[in-house]
Amino acid sequence: MNRSNQYSRRFAKSPIMRIVQVRRISQAFFFSLFVWFCIVATVGEKLWQLRGWPVNWFLQLDPLVAIGTILTTHTLYWPLLWALATIILTIIFGRFFCSWVCPFGSLHHFVGFLGNRKKTAAQKIQLNKYRKAQCIKYFILVVFLFMAAFPSIGVTLQMGLLDPIPLTTRSFNLVLLPIADRPANLVSVTARFYEGAWLILAIFLTAVLLNLVIPRFYCRFICPLGALFGIFGRFAIWRIGKNQSECVNCKLCERACEGGCEPSGNIRITECVLCFNCRQDCKDELISYQTKPSLAGEITNPDISRRGFVLSLAGGILAVPAVRLSNKLGSNWYHKVIRPPGALSEEEFLKRCIKCGQCMRVCPTNVIQPGGIQGGLENLWTPVLNNRIGSSGCQLNCVACGQVCPTSAIRPITLAEKLGTDEFADVGPIKLGTAFVDQNRCLPWAMDKPCIVCEENCPLSPKAIYTEECFNTVRDGILTVKKATDNTVEVEEAIVPAKFATGDYYCAVEGDERRKIAENTENTIVISSGEQFGKIPAAGSKIEVQVRLQKPCIDIEKCIGCGVCEHECPVSGRKAIRVSAENETRSADRRLLLGSHSAT
Amino acid sequence: MTEQNDKNLGRRELLGRAGKAGISIAAAGVISWRLYDREGPKTGVDTESLVTLPDFSVLDKASQTISIVKGSDRVKTVNKAIDLLGGIERFVKPGETVAIKPNVAFASPPMLGATAHPELVAEVVRLCYKGGAKQVYVTDNPINDPASCFTLSGIGKAASKAGAKLVFPKDNLFKHTTLTDGKLIKNWPIFYGPFANVNKLIGITPVKHHERAGASMSMKNWYGLLGGRRNIFHQDINTIIAELAMMVKPTLVILDGTEVMMTNGPTGGSVEDLRRANTLIASCDMVAADAYGCTLLDLKASDLPYLAKAQIAGAGTTDYESLKPIFAQVR
Repeated sequence: MNRSNQYSRRFAKSPIMRIVQVRRISQAFFFSLFVWFCIVATVGEKLWQLRGWPVNWFLQLDPLVAIGTILTTHTLYWPLLWALATIILTIIFGRFFCSWVCPFGSLHHFVGFLGNRKKTAAQKIQLNKYRKAQCIKYFILVVFLFMAAFPSIGVTLQMGLLDPIPLTTRSFNLVLLPIADRPANLVSVTARFYEGAWLILAIFLTAVLLNLVIPRFYCRFICPLGALFGIFGRFAIWRIGKNQSECVNCKLCERACEGGCEPSGNIRITECVLCFNCRQDCKDELISYQTKPSLAGEITNPDISRRGFVLSLAGGILAVPAVRLSNKLGSNWYHKVIRPPGALSEEEFLKRCIKCGQCMRVCPTNVIQPGGIQGGLENLWTPVLNNRIGSSGCQLNCVACGQVCPTSAIRPITLAEKLGTDEFADVGPIKLGTAFVDQNRCLPWAMDKPCIVCEENCPLSPKAIYTEECFNTVRDGILTVKKATDNTVEVEEAIVPAKFATGDYYCAVEGDERRKIAENTENTIVISSGEQFGKIPAAGSKIEVQVRLQKPCIDIEKCIGCGVCEHECPVSGRKAIRVSAENETRSADRRLLLGSHSAT
Repeated sequence: MTEQNDKNLGRRELLGRAGKAGISIAAAGVISWRLYDREGPKTGVDTESLVTLPDFSVLDKASQTISIVKGSDRVKTVNKAIDLLGGIERFVKPGETVAIKPNVAFASPPMLGATAHPELVAEVVRLCYKGGAKQVYVTDNPINDPASCFTLSGIGKAASKAGAKLVFPKDNLFKHTTLTDGKLIKNWPIFYGPFANVNKLIGITPVKHHERAGASMSMKNWYGLLGGRRNIFHQDINTIIAELAMMVKPTLVILDGTEVMMTNGPTGGSVEDLRRANTLIASCDMVAADAYGCTLLDLKASDLPYLAKAQIAGAGTTDYESLKPIFAQVR
């Protein structure tokens, strides 16, 4: 006994570096790495851009992502194998991830330290005591796991709402980075926008500020990943514990206890986040990281009641059918849920999407946006295209979103597959939806104004937008001839000078073909030079001023729903041409055309 | 001695824990290995889960393919029509199960003629039991609310009273099918459940005007088997009806022209839309039945492109005369 005590004492005050310093370096390193991966998730070839940076690494390390998708899809998508390393290390060493790797944990750790550093030791001990409510995180975990696992009327992956890695990824990429980058636009060329990002920020800020109330509030009470680690760490070979059963009971070991795990008494192994502060703070060096259980006793099971477990299990089982009562996967699907190219069919998509926001971050045009709840609760923060945000709809020659999707909710498609070329020529291009012209708002259709911006911007060849040409007589355009020459007409009525001089207006005389108007004064119309009336209109007869219109029409066989037309439409509020998800390739039941594709 | 005991206990505890940790790691490893997916999710058709409707047709009997009976009483005309084809014994063997697919498309009363007549459906149910059927099912996947359709059309009550079991279109009864040589029916959900395990299939439908297709008769009746957003097929109505005739091979169809919906079809809505034609057709060849049936609507077979398409596809003949229809009249 004495010998081992001496040994641990020697180890505790290692002359090179104390273990809490190593921990701090580790936290700083992984936090910086995380921020770096957020910054470099920018399409480009510079060193600080995407290139080959493993920007999904933290998400891949996250066992909740791996286990969640295993439960929903019964497969382990290969990049998520990284999570196995995390799991194995946790089984051997305990919840190391929380205090050594997790960027959200490090943030909480730091803010909690800053916010409470002026408090007395007694207050700190009080702050960091164990609380019964720490069991809530296990219930949250159980609810999410059963939503993913229990095949009632479907399964859904909703852990991303509270899983700290997707939560932090989303918060940094969709909120903090765009705000930080706004003044200078160093990361992106133009300002980035994310619809409803305020809610992401509100949740993030709440989680961070709660550290001022109780340090590591999120980690202790909410974090489902921490709960999972707690369960995995139950059999840890090495664990924090007392190497002697008796002590002066000063409780200083609980002064900076990050997990609230009661190292002074029966230490709760599932709550210990391996911050090593207790070991640091014990003046008598009675706490060590050791293979034997704490001599003051330990509790290795989460403190959850049977009733609480059964209720959360029932909640998880009930949640999916309850959420799906809205029938958003059936006939009541929301037409504005336009998924990125390569997205799986909605049911499969919801089995994989973890709402991390990587696709929204990487999308060079910023068209991929966090979804709202109009498409159903499950749609929250999943990627949807909003063609009114961003620089130009879904860019034809881009497949970036699928390349960064960590779970293949958006498959990593090739350009050939997206465009339907080469070996995909038979299936044709991937359609995200269909553009519909709103003839009540379209300038040529409704207002007699030439436009066709949509047609010009349609990136396909041949274009999916074609035009119908027509000549409409303009308002007050029937005029009475005063006198006429072979290329001018003087009229009785007053007209706005130069109004018809745009090249789009024509003068129609009965019995003659219509002539293009070159210019007009307040009472004279001049037709294009080189042209002359075939029949000079007689005084007192009527002529008509007509506008040549090209009215845009959609070739539904060709339209891929990229949304460039909608983005460019000058009717900027409610656009006069709008994409909705009908006929998207990924859903058989949203087909609009016969035999256009045969998706599952 | 106690110190030694403590040491042993500690060692045993550690070994136990290490064992559990090892098992956990092994389990995590095995699960990862077994579920490892290098390919990622696939898209496309899952051909393994596709189903095909069985062939319910009976052997041809020369000159006993189609019968056309005049009369105003459906119970009498249908008995006569089936008798003329060789009696119900030809179509239903003792111990067999029979599915009857009447047109129950709309929640509309029998007097409006938009749905199969309940008396006629009930009589065919009785006939099947008379032929020795073990169980008769009456089923459809209507356009309007299913329960309301069966109730308001009177078919639900009449068929149940005659001993049939009603089968409603529940989600789990739909399976995907692909029609070989089909253009439209590809990996499409159909109302498969009621027909998967029965021996015989009888279609019963009234002759109706149909705005898009020209006429809705025994071939169009199988539209009720389509699930999903089947209304997209209206873009190519003739092809889909012809494909339905290829997909479904019924034992017998009964085409009811006692009262014919001449206009405002296929829903009707007024007795003004109906005309009494007092004709009932029973046929093993539904193309022939429809080719005759359309004459009751003052149409020719050539007015309905789907008839020619079905004939080319081998589903039957539009030249019903060539089948030597048996004509009769009952009072």
